[in-house]
Amino acid sequence: MVGPLEGKGPLKDYFDYVIKDDTLKESSFEKSERKLLLDIITGAIQKSGLNISDIQFFFGGDLLNQIVSSSFTARELSLPFIGLYSACATMTESLALASIFVDNNLAENVVAGTCTHFSSAERQYRFPLELGNQRPPTAQWTITGGGASIISKRKSNIRINSVTFGKVVDFGISDINNMGAAMAPSACDSILTHIKNRNLKSEDYDMILTGDLGKLGSEILIDLMEHNGVVLGKNYSDCGCMIFDKTERVFMGGSGAGCSASVLNSYLLKKLKNGEFKRVLLVSTGALMSTTTSQQGDTIPGIAHAVELEYVPNFKKQNVDSVVFGVKNENVKNTKIKKNFKKSEKIAQKLKNNGKNSAILEKNLKNSNVSSKNSNTSSPSSKQKKTNLTMQTLDSANKSKRREK
Amino acid sequence: MDKEERNSNYNLYVESKIPKTRAWPSLFKAFLLGGFICALGQGFYDLYSYLFPNLAESELSTCMLMTIIFITCFLTGLGVYDVIGAWGGAGSVIPITGFSNSISSPAIEFKKEGIIYGICVKMFTIAGPVIVCGVVGSILCGIVGLFM
Amino acid sequence: MINIWDYVISFLVGGFICFLAQILVIRTKITTARILVLFLIIGMILEVLNIYAPFREFAKAGASVPIIGFGATLARGAITAAQESGFIGIFTGGLSAASGGIAMAIFASFIFALIFNSKTKRGGH
Repeated sequence: MVGPLEGKGPLKDYFDYVIKDDTLKESSFEKSERKLLLDIITGAIQKSGLNISDIQFFFGGDLLNQIVSSSFTARELSLPFIGLYSACATMTESLALASIFVDNNLAENVVAGTCTHFSSAERQYRFPLELGNQRPPTAQWTITGGGASIISKRKSNIRINSVTFGKVVDFGISDINNMGAAMAPSACDSILTHIKNRNLKSEDYDMILTGDLGKLGSEILIDLMEHNGVVLGKNYSDCGCMIFDKTERVFMGGSGAGCSASVLNSYLLKKLKNGEFKRVLLVSTGALMSTTTSQQGDTIPGIAHAVELEYVPNFKKQNVDSVVFGVKNENVKNTKIKKNFKKSEKIAQKLKNNGKNSAILEKNLKNSNVSSKNSNTSSPSSKQKKTNLTMQTLDSANKSKRREK
Repeated sequence: MDKEERNSNYNLYVESKIPKTRAWPSLFKAFLLGGFICALGQGFYDLYSYLFPNLAESELSTCMLMTIIFITCFLTGLGVYDVIGAWGGAGSVIPITGFSNSISSPAIEFKKEGIIYGICVKMFTIAGPVIVCGVVGSILCGIVGLFM
Repeated sequence: MINIWDYVISFLVGGFICFLAQILVIRTKITTARILVLFLIIGMILEVLNIYAPFREFAKAGASVPIIGFGATLARGAITAAQESGFIGIFTGGLSAASGGIAMAIFASFIFALIFNSKTKRGGH
């Protein structure tokens, strides 16, 4: 689900829904962003054919201070909410954590989503919209849009096969108008770690996609990777570069948490579902600075989380039509669940009813072997059972009816 | 490798990767826009000196500036001024229009936070330094003036 | 009464000042607030050194419309008031000379803020 400008870009056929009026008839852009995220989440759940009561957790975050958009959306959803922040890498972070939750039988269906809004991000991070100043050529354009994924145990033909949580890497870039350069080293680090742990080469992927490095950042990444002996060829691309048309004057490309979220949930999943891509590595990148730190002259630390998505060929396709909402369902193949499953239901129950969420969760996390060893920088792939992801779609007629309202 | 060395090397490398913007077009645009605004100012000046021949030179000047400021605020409100600014760069900042725009743009932007905490508080987020430096500077100048 | 030369010289001088500022912007990535303050201070220095008045005579609106003129007005006001009314003039002179511009900027901004809303941008350069 994206805004009007993004809807004109090269990926326009892949998006489920393009909003025409980016205020969404709300009185402020912050409220529009909330509305956008709520629409995305409910749309994703609906498209997956599930009910909101089937969902156990909502993983999400956004770029606004105190991740208000996600929290306020969670208030509307009344789902147990796990708020995350990795700047623009929030999508892969929530996806990765959600898959670990599902994989370890802590939950059956989990929704992970994020979005950004150009106008609200702009006024928080930079200047008022109406200020007539020029942007330097290295600047990027925060996109209006986002996406949500359902990660579930139900079988499907897409699965998350491994994830890598990235280290925070800082190469001393302090120019807030050159985020691509600040985040490229962290993307490089995460990709290298992931590939190394998986014992794969970069050619083994049909697509390696970074979040929002932009034109300059991706050139830097290619150079950095080459320096480390890994060649990124034609299978490499960047969401920020893909989302906008070359004729739009958006400088280095799109950025923001919604950038990788919308590309993942539209373009990437559609291609995976068709089997056009067999194996894809999505590396969302985030710049972990605030306006305060950069005004105080601090450099910009970068972070990148990698999620590897895989096409499962032998899965019987359900009625596949054009993707309406970018939704995916991740299914756990391995079904030695029963025992643990009850436990996870209890957790969900407790979480719903109980105020002491974190303590219980921690305890249960330990029980379920999602200890810190899985969330360090190395890929937990070896330990992690393979999980499945499905693209399940409602018929589009149903969907468009809802939209028209 | 030493971290600082790595960082400075990386910074140098990034610097070399940044595409060189063609400076001349933007310089020319700034020149054109800045020149145009000043010529417009001269136009208002002449108009007022024709309409109100009794006013002193400094008063005419003030009237002219006020007119330009008013027009800028209006254009900012219409959402036009930032387009002009993006085109003309410093050509839109250096004339008094830049000062005016930097007051009106946050005022409009933060309207959503209310009249007192939005418009009134945020009005000077960008232009504040200009007024502070202006006042402090003028006081320093006044002290100098005492001894002249 | 209308002198074409006034317009030409306003255009050229005003344009040239913006040209210099644009060079600064490109070279140093200076922000809007900083560049305004810098030129404001330049204007004050010119006024204190008594260069601004002849410059204003020569360049007409090309000198008074740029923020340099604003700085010079503040400085001139303070200096004149200080010489006329002594100590108190140091504080009252500057702002009273520039009050028209500041008052109009605040008033117009307030009114238009009540009327208009900010709009999302469609890409720019």
